[in-house]
Amino acid sequence: MSEYRIQGNTGEWEVVIGLEVHAQITSESKLFSGSSTGFGAEPNSHVSLVDAAMPGMLPVPNRECLRQAVRTGMAINAQINRWSRFDRKNYFYADLPQGYQISQLYHPIVGEGAIEVTLNEKDPDSPTKKIGIERIHVEQDAGKLMHDQHPTMSFVDLNRSGVALMEIVSRPDISSPQEAGAYLKKLRSILRYVGSCDGNMEQGSMRADVNVSVRKPGGELGTRTETKNVNSIRFMMQAIEYEAQRQVDLIESGGAVVQETRLFDPNKMETRSMRSKEDAHDYRYFPDPDLLPVELDDAFLEECRASLPELPDAKRARYEALGLTAYNAAVLTAEAETAFWFEDLLAEGVDAKQASNWLMSELFGALNKLGKTLDESPVNPKQAAELLGLVADGTISGSIAKQVFEIMLETGQGASAIVEEKGLKQTNDTGAIEAEIAKIMAANEDKVAEYRSGKDKLFGFFVGQTMKAMQGKANPQIINDLLKKALG
Amino acid sequence: MSVDKDTVNKIARLSRIAISDAEADKMVGELNGILAWVEQLGEVDVTGVEPMTAVIPNKLRLRDDVVTDGDVRDKVLANAPAREGSFFGVPKVIE
Repeated sequence: MSEYRIQGNTGEWEVVIGLEVHAQITSESKLFSGSSTGFGAEPNSHVSLVDAAMPGMLPVPNRECLRQAVRTGMAINAQINRWSRFDRKNYFYADLPQGYQISQLYHPIVGEGAIEVTLNEKDPDSPTKKIGIERIHVEQDAGKLMHDQHPTMSFVDLNRSGVALMEIVSRPDISSPQEAGAYLKKLRSILRYVGSCDGNMEQGSMRADVNVSVRKPGGELGTRTETKNVNSIRFMMQAIEYEAQRQVDLIESGGAVVQETRLFDPNKMETRSMRSKEDAHDYRYFPDPDLLPVELDDAFLEECRASLPELPDAKRARYEALGLTAYNAAVLTAEAETAFWFEDLLAEGVDAKQASNWLMSELFGALNKLGKTLDESPVNPKQAAELLGLVADGTISGSIAKQVFEIMLETGQGASAIVEEKGLKQTNDTGAIEAEIAKIMAANEDKVAEYRSGKDKLFGFFVGQTMKAMQGKANPQIINDLLKKALG
Repeated sequence: MSVDKDTVNKIARLSRIAISDAEADKMVGELNGILAWVEQLGEVDVTGVEPMTAVIPNKLRLRDDVVTDGDVRDKVLANAPAREGSFFGVPKVIE
């Protein structure tokens, strides 16, 4: 898709990237216990004795978490494994009370799949590339550590402990920071459509471990490093750029890349070695004896498939069939929220083209000015549909609609109420319009003569003057008709 | 399968268990005894037999996604060696 090359002293280098994305599964309760997953609660309040790993506590899996992982797998056309199993990944850390994370190493719930990405999802002609997904498995999140609250102690909050995560592992099919960004965006969009993860990177619902290596074009794979817990698309792209350049410089100056875990520091825009001990990755995985294998039956799988929503690519095709341009269809489907907003407008009876044009010019423009996201829009689809309905049935003109929309944004009032209160209703009163036309013609006799002698362009001038005299409230079609008659 | 002293020391380190040199020597013999005993199972021919996952026929039970637990902070923190407000306090760990 893109020819990304690093120019070194010894020639060009190619970058090979694989991503492991941790996505928090949307659920009310945790993966193996009945405590809440709610964000921002009092420390250690959303913790059960299971999450705190008290002796004798047993895990019981949450059906919804497995269901969401399976639905996500189906959305990327992946193999769904009817038989999977949980394993223990053993390591000691203060945020992991069990001393092991329950994960799936040997038999993940979802196998091979793929997603198709494009470098510019809003350009329908932009080239696409298939990025393989090796697996999706389900695992527990750890607790949270705070290091800055006390001079000699770290504080542990277990509210996140046991929350369900999907780890989505890509193939090393990604070859530039831009492709990695496009992949992460597309993946986030799919997760939001499916409803299996809110994709909120700021709150940590989605984070990526980034595997990077470099090689001479077409050569043997180089040694890779893993940069952990990158929590924004921009940071991820910066981390890849920095890390690939670092590896090239290292190799060209006679060094060798060490397989290690690194951290990205967004302030310094660099990755740093975490200098973990050499055997820190000896996790001694083994099947969790507290849990039987996960066996999915036909009814479960069928429900998962039946409950899948229309996905971005299919939606885009349908919008084009509704008469939208390829560009508009691409923009409206890039994020689930936008598509749902658009469809809410259609459900309120707004014409597809009118809805898409208004959304993309008026609403996006206004939100942009206000610095708000679509979720924070002061006007909801129902209110917008009321406004657009007034335009469609000729009650107000398009230019008056812009004014009404601005008042709606400021005051939160309904469109009809504003039109009523401010007297903005478009008039079809031909008598009033004719009177204004007569006045204008009398005041511009020279222009009338010019028009009649063939200067057709002046028609626009008369329309403008009449509309101005009518304070924008006259029906433009009626003005046209009456002017044609009067000017002869 | 058998273990040597290096392996025993490594497992002890990974498990955060401090053992003396003498203990490690003793442990090598004991662990190898246990491994040899378990390896007797290798005499049974299990070709074509599915690995057993439960002693009695049993299926994994799943929970519905409802909040039924939690909100027991004081119980959770009751045995903490160092409680700091609503948190567990642990010796500073920072990468």
